[in-house]
Amino acid sequence: MWWWILAASAAVFATKLLGYLVPASWMKHPRMERVAGTLTIGLLASLTMINTVASGTAVTLDARIGALLAAGVALWFKAPFLVVVVVGAAAAALLRLAGMP
Amino acid sequence: MTFWQSPAVKVGLSISLATGLYGISFGALSVAAGLSFWQTMALSLLMFSGGSQYAFVGVLAGGGSGVAALSAAALLGIRNGVYAMQLNALLQPRAGKKVLMAQVTIDESTATSTGQTDPAERRRGFWVAGVGIFILWNIFTAVGALAGNALGDPKQWGLDGAAVAAFLGLLWPRVKARQPAAIAVLCAVVTVLVVPFVPPGVPILVAAVVAGAIGWFRNGHETDGLEPDLDPYPAGGQA
Repeated sequence: MWWWILAASAAVFATKLLGYLVPASWMKHPRMERVAGTLTIGLLASLTMINTVASGTAVTLDARIGALLAAGVALWFKAPFLVVVVVGAAAAALLRLAGMP
Repeated sequence: MTFWQSPAVKVGLSISLATGLYGISFGALSVAAGLSFWQTMALSLLMFSGGSQYAFVGVLAGGGSGVAALSAAALLGIRNGVYAMQLNALLQPRAGKKVLMAQVTIDESTATSTGQTDPAERRRGFWVAGVGIFILWNIFTAVGALAGNALGDPKQWGLDGAAVAAFLGLLWPRVKARQPAAIAVLCAVVTVLVVPFVPPGVPILVAAVVAGAIGWFRNGHETDGLEPDLDPYPAGGQA
C-alpha cells in the first residue's frame, strides 16, 4: 500500500506543479476547465453513492442510507462541514443501535 | 496596515481553522479504511488535497484496489492543476517559488487569494490560507487517526456514515445550479447500476468517464464544479 500512497501523492503534486509550468497562454482553455469541473462533480457524486450503498460488488441498503439523508438535511440547513460529518456518523450509529444492519 | 490587520490574512486564518479541523474526520476515516497511522499522515503531508485524500481512502474502504484508489485521487486532483494555472497568471511567482506554491495549492488557498483584488493581498491570502491549513490539517489528521485507532469497531460509531456525509459535504457546494446537479444525479445512478458488474473502485472511474464526456461535449459555465469547498467571502459576511 505504501507504493500506491507515494505514487498517488506524486501524481497529485505533479498535477499542481504542471499548472504552474504551462505557459499562461494555455491558461484559458474553456473545454479543459469544463472537464475538470464536471469530473469533480461526477467523482464526488460517485464516491458518495459507493460509500452509501456498495458492499464490495453488492448493492445493500443499510444504516448508511440514514447517514446520507441526515447529512443532506444538515447541509440544507447550512451546517458547517464538520457538523455534517458528525451528523452522518451519529445517524448511522443510532440506526445500528436500533437494529438496522 | 500591519500583517495581522490585513483582510486577506484574517480570512486566511479563519478558513485555516475551519478547514484544518476537519482533518480529524479524514484521520479517523483513513484508519477505519485500514491504513496505518503513518500511511494516514503520509497522505496529509504529501498528497495534501482534501478531496483526493478522501477519495483515496474512500475507494479502499469500499474494497477497491490500490490502482483504483490512485486513479480516483489523481482525477480529483486535476482541479488543483486548473487552480495552479489561475494562480500562476494572477501572482506571477518566480520559478523557485512554484514548487512550494504547488504543494499548498488547494481549494481554500485559491479561493482566499482570488477573492482579493490587491496583488499583495492576493499573495498574503494564498500563503496564509495555504500554509495555515497545511499545518492545522496535519495536526488534526494525527488527532483523528489516533482517536480512530482507539475507537475499536468503526461501524459501531457510524464512521462509514461519516464517510458518506463527508463526500456529500464536498459535493454540495458544487451543485447549486441545475446542470451540475443533473450531472451529479446521473453519475450517482450510473455508479449504483455498474456496482454489481465490475470490481470495487471501478464504478467511480466509470462515473468519471461519463462526467468528463459531458464536460467535453456540453456548453455551459466552465467554472461549474470548480467552486471551492468553502466560500471565504460569504455575501455581506464577517470576512
